[in-house]
Amino acid sequence: MSDPKIEGYEFKPGFKGMAQDTGSDQTMFKGVHWGKAMMWIFLLSHTFIFSCFLISYMKGRGSTLIDWPNTSEVFSLHVGSTPVPLLLIAIMTFVLITSSGTMALAVKYGYEKNRKMCGWLILATAIGGLTFVGMQAFEWSKLIHEGVRPWENPFGAKQFGSFFFMITGFHGTHVSIGVIFLFIYAYKTFKGHYDEGKRGWFTTMKGNYVEIEILGLYWHFVDLVWVFIFAFFYLW
Amino acid sequence: MSDEYENKTGYQAQSSETISSGGRGGGSGTVPDADHVRPAEIPEQDLYHGHSFITKWVFCQDAKVIGVQYFLLATFTGIIGLILSWLMRLQLGFPEAAGFMTAEHYYQFVTMHGMIMVVYFLTALFLGGFGNYLIPLMVGSRDMVFPYLNMVSFWSFFVAVVVLLASFFVPGGPTGAGWTLYPPQAILEGTPGSGMGILLMCISLILFVAGFTMGGLNYMITVLQARTRGMTLMRMPLTVWGIFTATILAMLAFPALLVGGLMMTLDNVLGTSFFMPTILKAGEVLEYGGGSPILFQHLFWFFGHPEVYIVALPAFGIVSDLISVHARKNIFGYRMMVWAIVGIGGLSFFVWAHHMYVSGMNPWFGFFFATTTLIIAIPTAMKVYNWILTLWRGNIRLNVVMLWCLGFIVTFVNGGITGLFLGNVTVDVPLSDTYFVIAHFHMVMGIAPLMVIMGAVYHWFPLVAGRFLDEKLGKWHFWLTFLGAYSIYFPMHYLGFIGVPRRYFEMYDSPYVTSAVGMNEFISVAAFIVGAAQLILIYNIIRTLKIGKPAGHNPWQANSLEWLTPSVPPEHGNWGEKLPVVHRWPYDFSVPGAKEDFITQTTPPSEVTETEVEKT
Repeated sequence: MSDPKIEGYEFKPGFKGMAQDTGSDQTMFKGVHWGKAMMWIFLLSHTFIFSCFLISYMKGRGSTLIDWPNTSEVFSLHVGSTPVPLLLIAIMTFVLITSSGTMALAVKYGYEKNRKMCGWLILATAIGGLTFVGMQAFEWSKLIHEGVRPWENPFGAKQFGSFFFMITGFHGTHVSIGVIFLFIYAYKTFKGHYDEGKRGWFTTMKGNYVEIEILGLYWHFVDLVWVFIFAFFYLW
Repeated sequence: MSDEYENKTGYQAQSSETISSGGRGGGSGTVPDADHVRPAEIPEQDLYHGHSFITKWVFCQDAKVIGVQYFLLATFTGIIGLILSWLMRLQLGFPEAAGFMTAEHYYQFVTMHGMIMVVYFLTALFLGGFGNYLIPLMVGSRDMVFPYLNMVSFWSFFVAVVVLLASFFVPGGPTGAGWTLYPPQAILEGTPGSGMGILLMCISLILFVAGFTMGGLNYMITVLQARTRGMTLMRMPLTVWGIFTATILAMLAFPALLVGGLMMTLDNVLGTSFFMPTILKAGEVLEYGGGSPILFQHLFWFFGHPEVYIVALPAFGIVSDLISVHARKNIFGYRMMVWAIVGIGGLSFFVWAHHMYVSGMNPWFGFFFATTTLIIAIPTAMKVYNWILTLWRGNIRLNVVMLWCLGFIVTFVNGGITGLFLGNVTVDVPLSDTYFVIAHFHMVMGIAPLMVIMGAVYHWFPLVAGRFLDEKLGKWHFWLTFLGAYSIYFPMHYLGFIGVPRRYFEMYDSPYVTSAVGMNEFISVAAFIVGAAQLILIYNIIRTLKIGKPAGHNPWQANSLEWLTPSVPPEHGNWGEKLPVVHRWPYDFSVPGAKEDFITQTTPPSEVTETEVEKT
């Protein structure tokens, strides 16, 4: 990334440059769009939310007296008659990470003002997210079918069901919200709102391709959180 | 300006103010380059100007209107909190007169009073009210950076308040678990409001956090990315520093409350056991089992302790500005004050378990948290000394604003000293859950910030409404509140020492009777008087709006940008045609050699060459 051009301001490299930016007037993060800075801080706040969830999970799992269920059995899928551990979850993770890739490409094409390509890639991301949520719904229904509930669990400690449904549910909600926004943004891209700088409803903010990058930040964050949830729930 | 100068980067041009302090050497004359400020790098902000009553005053996107909306709604809930405290005091002082109150009512009032005052009154008022009104004006922007989000923030807060107050009208009434909402008792039968009450409380808190996040993002980005030309971080008024740092704390602390609230809601509604251990009730084992009640306490206090500073830091910032303006002196040790605010904010994330010394956690934890707690005394004491040194040999105007500031310093020191008692594990254990604790936290985070709010109201009312509040009524208001508050909380220290426990509905047949009863009656009478004294302020405001003395521009001869708007009260967009350009910090009071005793932030160096201004 090269520094943006700012009239009358000379960037310096390294720590000195950071100190100079911090001590300067008007903006601290030079040339950074307001919305982008906002999304970073929003995600910082969200990091704390998910950290609280995962730390609570560790505490709950660590202090329960009844054994935690064997995760490689609980989460396995039967192919024919052989149980394959982590099969579904591997596919889910693959799909979600791939959607992060298409999102990154969408941002690139957006900045190149390639409206069509950008729109299709956002749509692909949205479909990836939708697939993920669908497979999560499948996994939930499988577990519920086997008798796991938020308040009880036939395989061991009841906190397993509570934490699993709560944390994957909270994450799944975030993915779903992301999917809704991806569809809206795909529509706006195809309509050319970002090319024209069309104003939003009841606000004077103008459309700009940077919005796709902002949504992209959110989407990458949701993927990153999934990596942690994956590690803590399925590999531990 | 010369082209050669332009090449030397704008950043250096900013600090070219040194040239003006070169005037110290006998006035070397005007150097035009000294006035140069780097050109604007952010494009002019487009604003949505409302046309109808609804878009102008109800669903308004003007930060100033949103600030007033926050202020009024927070004050409204605050008054409900005040009435609840009256009812509690009636029960404690004159139980025979409070026959209509059952123990359940008492616990519900205690809980709602605490939650309303801490979250829905003080937090909303400082950050939502003062933050919205003052940040854009003080950093010289047209509005918050995301006006639409800002509007949604207020209306989320509105819904949160409605949900909170709705809990008074559901079966079982509001929750009576104490404002800390500790499980397991918060959701077990036998605690008042254990069904709908606690549910609505959790929902309301989650809404509040969501709404606050929207506002908080606005405050942070406005401070970081939307300052006017020449406004560096170290030229911001301390008010902005206080609100800004408190916002960072809130953005990082509220997540813990959100998670705790959500998990408790699930325990309550779905019957999960996050916080619920195995419980025997009337010989029967409940469905719950295996959860950890201490986990909730950790989550709650990871939010709860920074919350204290979310309330205190804006108060520190505001009071610094008020003292500086009304003592006509620059704030002593501005940079130290900034770093103290930041330091207190950072430390506040490492002290939470000092609320849990008696919870049964590992004693080594207590040792660690007592140490971190006492370290906070260092930056806090620095601030107190700096306030006093700002007053020292100042040209003090002993008006109502200054009285509130002085009241704040005294009260804050008082509450801070009792904090030393409670911060040490060995002293805290016997004092835990006594009236001493109540006296401590009311002094330090109830009365002290409230004094700042009152001072700020008298200070900024001429800006918001264009008229001065009446000084004589203000003095009555101050003295009744100040002396009354001490009459309430001073005796409580003593009650705590003799061991009177807090949260007890009545203690008539206990051995405390002889000395505690008379004191409880006295405290209650004082509480009634202090509460009623607040009517003076309301009367004063209504009267002032009609017949108050017009204030005009910059009535206090202050330096900061909010007083330098083209119209009073400021209009939407704040600055008319052109944004202000800042050349200095807001504390150039009583500068030797200056014509007047204040030099506004927008005064260019070339106009004050004969003076000994500091380089800022």
